Amino acid sequence: MTTTALTTTELEDWLRRAAALLTDHAAELTELDAAIGDADHGSNMSRGFRAVVEALDAGDFADPAALLKKTGMTLVSTVGGASGPLYGTLFLRLAGATGGAASLDAAALGEALAAGVQGVADRGKAAPGEKTMLDAWTPALEAFRGAGDDLAAAVAAGAAAAAQGRDDTAPMTATKGRASYLGERSVGHVDPGAASTVLLWQALADAVSGEAGR
Amino acid sequence: MKKLIDAVDDVVVDALQGMALAHPDALTLDLEHRVLLRAEPKEQGRVALISGGGSGHEPLHGGFVGRGMLDAACAGEVFTSPVPDQMAAAIAAVDRGAGVLQIVKNYTGDVMNFEMAAELAAAESGTEVRSVITDDDVAVEDSTFTAGRRGVGGTVLVEKIAGAAAEEGRDLDEVTAIATRVNERARSMGVALTSVTVPANGKPSFELGEDEIEVGIGIHGEPGRHRSTLVPAKDVARRLLDPILAELPGEGPVLLFVNGMGGTPLLELYILAKDAHEILAEAGVGISRQLVGNYITSLDMAGASITLLRLDEELTALWDAPVSTPALRRGL
Repeated sequence: MTTTALTTTELEDWLRRAAALLTDHAAELTELDAAIGDADHGSNMSRGFRAVVEALDAGDFADPAALLKKTGMTLVSTVGGASGPLYGTLFLRLAGATGGAASLDAAALGEALAAGVQGVADRGKAAPGEKTMLDAWTPALEAFRGAGDDLAAAVAAGAAAAAQGRDDTAPMTATKGRASYLGERSVGHVDPGAASTVLLWQALADAVSGEAGR
Repeated sequence: MKKLIDAVDDVVVDALQGMALAHPDALTLDLEHRVLLRAEPKEQGRVALISGGGSGHEPLHGGFVGRGMLDAACAGEVFTSPVPDQMAAAIAAVDRGAGVLQIVKNYTGDVMNFEMAAELAAAESGTEVRSVITDDDVAVEDSTFTAGRRGVGGTVLVEKIAGAAAEEGRDLDEVTAIATRVNERARSMGVALTSVTVPANGKPSFELGEDEIEVGIGIHGEPGRHRSTLVPAKDVARRLLDPILAELPGEGPVLLFVNGMGGTPLLELYILAKDAHEILAEAGVGISRQLVGNYITSLDMAGASITLLRLDEELTALWDAPVSTPALRRGL
């Protein structure tokens, strides 16, 4: 069944699907990171989202803001490296932007995502084009907001744009993060943060469309 | 991989417990947060200093906790930044009402995690937290095209000198200014003779041929400026010192710090020190203070780094001040 607005139930479903996807793809993310970073992105992200799942199992959340805040704090505490503060800030800003709303329709989610992506840019002092996760988040956000009021269509557009953004990082020269020390030697490799971003979008699309299986 | 390990997943906590057990007079361990603290806390009204970073650089940072240096050190996973919860716990434990200075090596993850910790501390307890980011590695071009220079050997000197200033009772502004000045006047560069093996990965982080060296290596095995075939120690010293001298600010005598990466014997470090003396004499640079040994390491990597710090009267006096930590002890 297709969802038109996200309540804590759908958000929880999203995060659980994200945890499963990140765990399935952990080795792949780590391999991407080994090429231009320090070979721990897959293990860090799957550890962090496993902790999020534990927090979801243990908690009872009054509204999306409470659930997203808990997610952000958990990621900050468990992921480490640069990804922890970046993904943590993303979810904390998402939480802040939802206010006390009981559910998020396409417009509300778009606003929240815009705040979250701005949070990533602020925390990382980064801009698109520097071969970071922002190169997946920014086009995804644009596509999402440009797709109109249909939540499923907007999320699908966002996920497709994120994937394209991820692929587009390959020819870029890294100028932020640990990969920047490689300079031109970073060319030809996909950014691991952009790759994990795509998995989050894929999980969101699956949660919204009610795709079977986790 | 041939290492003295009980369980790969526990290398950090096991080593932290070992450090606390080996130095019961100096250190207390907050095991939950992986924070090493002074066994005897500093008196009220003094600025406190914390640092931290990925593990694998021992004795940095835990070995520098003690009178005259750090108040606490937060240990992350091997080569991975600690998380803000850890720094928040350290800040709460060491705050003596005069503010806390965080000394942070310039790596993207470390900078962000310490920044979030400072925000949390300010929001939750009102503790004033400042940060000084060390970035003394001349191997990296400091430009908008990179994350900036890495923090390496200069960090040890910042911790010692700013620690002395805090111990003397200087306020947060002054301690921060001194830490900043030490960082600005320090320049470093390292060389690797072998790769490094992170326990969790079990294999070398990069390939380096039997007769190859990597000049300008980072302390996590990040690539350097160039690779070459193995050359005599004096040529290595020259390749490290030339770029350092080209960018060393100011005039007057220097502190010479010859540091081992963990897998190189002291005998070789002293050979490098002798060569550095000769090269600096030729360059007309006087050496007034020195430190030789393994202080900021990279697990089992063979190699070394050289740091020069341009001293002045005040920095020299603070360098000479008593210090009592597991890894650096003098006059106490």
